Amino acid sequence: MQTFAAQFANAHDLMVVMPMVMLTLFACGVLIIDLLLPAGDKRWNAATAALGLLFAGGSLWRVQATLAHQGMLGVSAFNGSVVMDPMAIFFCWLFLIATGITILISVRYMEIEQEDHGEYYALMLFSVVGMMCMASGKDIVLLFIGLELMAISTYVLVGFLRRDKRSNEAALKYLLLGAFSSGIFAYGLSLMYGLSGTTDVTLIGRRLAGLPESSHPILMLAVVTTLAGLFFKIAAVPFHQWAPDAYEGAPTAITGFMSVAGKAAAWALLLRIFAFALRYEQTIWMPMVIAVAVMTLTGGNLAAMTQNNLKRLLAYSSIAHVGYMLLGLVAWNETGIKGILVYLLVYTFMNLGAFAVIVSLRRRDLIGDEIDDIAGLWFKRPVEALLMVIFLLSLGGIPPLAGFYGKYFIFLSLIETGHYVLASLAVFYIAVSLYYYLRIINAMLMRPALDAEPIQPAFGLRLALWVTALATVGIGLFPEIFIRAAAWTMTAPRAVTQAFLR
Amino acid sequence: MPQNYIPIFLFMLVALAIPVVTLVIAKAVRPDNPHATKLMPYECGIDPVDTARARYTVRFYIVAILFVVFDVETIFLFPWAVQFKMLGWFGFVEMMVFLAILVVGYVWIWKKGALEWV
Amino acid sequence: MMHTVLFIIFAVVCVAAAINLLAQRHPINSALSLIVVMGSLALLYLLLGAEFVAAVQIIIYAGAIMVLFVFTIMLLNAGEEELSKSSRVAIVFGVPAVAVIVAALAYILSRGAGTAALGDFIGGPKEIGRLLFRDFLLPFEVTSVLILIAIMGAVVLARREER
Repeated sequence: MQTFAAQFANAHDLMVVMPMVMLTLFACGVLIIDLLLPAGDKRWNAATAALGLLFAGGSLWRVQATLAHQGMLGVSAFNGSVVMDPMAIFFCWLFLIATGITILISVRYMEIEQEDHGEYYALMLFSVVGMMCMASGKDIVLLFIGLELMAISTYVLVGFLRRDKRSNEAALKYLLLGAFSSGIFAYGLSLMYGLSGTTDVTLIGRRLAGLPESSHPILMLAVVTTLAGLFFKIAAVPFHQWAPDAYEGAPTAITGFMSVAGKAAAWALLLRIFAFALRYEQTIWMPMVIAVAVMTLTGGNLAAMTQNNLKRLLAYSSIAHVGYMLLGLVAWNETGIKGILVYLLVYTFMNLGAFAVIVSLRRRDLIGDEIDDIAGLWFKRPVEALLMVIFLLSLGGIPPLAGFYGKYFIFLSLIETGHYVLASLAVFYIAVSLYYYLRIINAMLMRPALDAEPIQPAFGLRLALWVTALATVGIGLFPEIFIRAAAWTMTAPRAVTQAFLR
Repeated sequence: MPQNYIPIFLFMLVALAIPVVTLVIAKAVRPDNPHATKLMPYECGIDPVDTARARYTVRFYIVAILFVVFDVETIFLFPWAVQFKMLGWFGFVEMMVFLAILVVGYVWIWKKGALEWV
Repeated sequence: MMHTVLFIIFAVVCVAAAINLLAQRHPINSALSLIVVMGSLALLYLLLGAEFVAAVQIIIYAGAIMVLFVFTIMLLNAGEEELSKSSRVAIVFGVPAVAVIVAALAYILSRGAGTAALGDFIGGPKEIGRLLFRDFLLPFEVTSVLILIAIMGAVVLARREER
């Protein structure tokens, strides 16, 4: 029995999944501690959750150190169902950072909403466990369970403001559409399993390539259904209808969390499926990706122009950003994939920053998510207004800021592969996107405030604002220094892309 | 494989036949004389005040969901139980980890009062 | 031979029950038809040799999930549905679309799928147990977290006012 145990789970296996184990332990801890805390003292839940993130970060760092020490491209565990390669580690860091910032934003906000329960933080940690499974899974069973774990926790978090009708409606819509798309995705995966007879993504890729001609129609069906599920999860047009409603109704901090961490996790899953399982099926998926990318850019940008609700506007803008990232997929070379990963990294900071500013508008009697609510912010809180300008310009892709670098690599990859038409289309839509970002800036700087209620961001929120702003400006001004300081930012994408495209 | 299930199929057929046969026989032998008072629901001899199809409280729904969830959990116990000897202590620990996580959830809903009726 | 006959019987029952599900006007009748669908699906799994899945189908779907369905119907106090005016769009576009999809799927599956004899697979609880607790150990443990999330979700979304 000793050998049996050693074969299927040993200390090495445990070390690889330790970040997830830590998060699960702390999430359970939050649930139990919450029962012991008196009603007015719920901040310890947030502190416990944050501590869990630190411990997860520590164990993730250990995995990374092992990887660097042994000079390998990835350590796999549990009979090959999970692999911690540079891409997985990159994404895991991204999830931890995004969750940390979200917790900082949430503490005071959930108190104002009178929904400061421990479940909130526990669900957030559990959803990060799911995201990590999505980023590091090498087996379609684990990938799918991770996806569901993330999705179900997010449905609940979206509907967390039970007194708010919009929140309930958003949760219901998101749940119904999400479950439907998960079903389609699972159908695609099951067809792939049926065609290849294995659940390992690498083997699936290899066996799909060796299928006889007669199996091609069913292969097509498998690819189309899998893609439809994935496009839904990243909210690409025409599978985006859930996003504006879910983003608008969710608690604002969760909107930020979904748009950043949830999206990154969906991209991790998508890259894993594309780069391994569908590696040799490029002729089938490339036309679809191009069509969806163009539709996403068009739909997201044009719809964002007419929005008057800040959260809805940022929802459509986040759809548009997915369009740019899809262009990196169209290029499908090292620069393109690096572009997607860098894009997701800088997007994490600038988008969470923008949502943090919106959260600060929430006061006792004011929901504060319309453009009218942000009017005159400059006269009330010049610092926050200035930071918001930075975030918005960065989202628009103005050069000295971080957002520029995301788009830079994408455009570079398009030009490298000769997609000039797509590149010029993307440039055109940058101009369009500047219109709606400048509309918010205009309201903040030029229009008078509509209400006299003062805005007093809590300490955690201010900290989150400064962290995200520093990262946005820092990555933009000193990309090289930043890269060297945080080596994993770029080594991860580089190692990954080499592994992918070899 | 399906040969092993032939007794079960027969059993199901018999089970199906019993209600059908009894209903048919009852229909054939009983006197048939319905009228309005006889068809009314019987409530201790008092005339019923409202329709019987009243709306249920949402409390039942939570109980039903929790039942489904814990039912799914028990499904995993079956393959574990039949392989218990082969899996040994390792399998035992595995299942205990699985159950421990769910016990946390159980304690939590209990303390949260989701199982209380009033 | 016996396999094929049994397959045809249960497949016909399954499809007929599914059509009946749509045609019934009272939700409870539809729910009962759904039980027949689930039951005949379980028998189809059994014919394939997937004994464990067949049992799960009965316990979870025909048992637990149907309880949830019936509770929801009673909770909403859903009565007889009224026939809506038949929509012309549904007839003009819906029926041909269904026909096209069914034809395409039939074509794809008939061309692409390899054939496997009924009853070829071994899917008893022993085999499932060996796979689940060794090869799929990690997904199995993550599943418990997934179930925990489901419990929490139900309680969080339906919780009462505490203040």
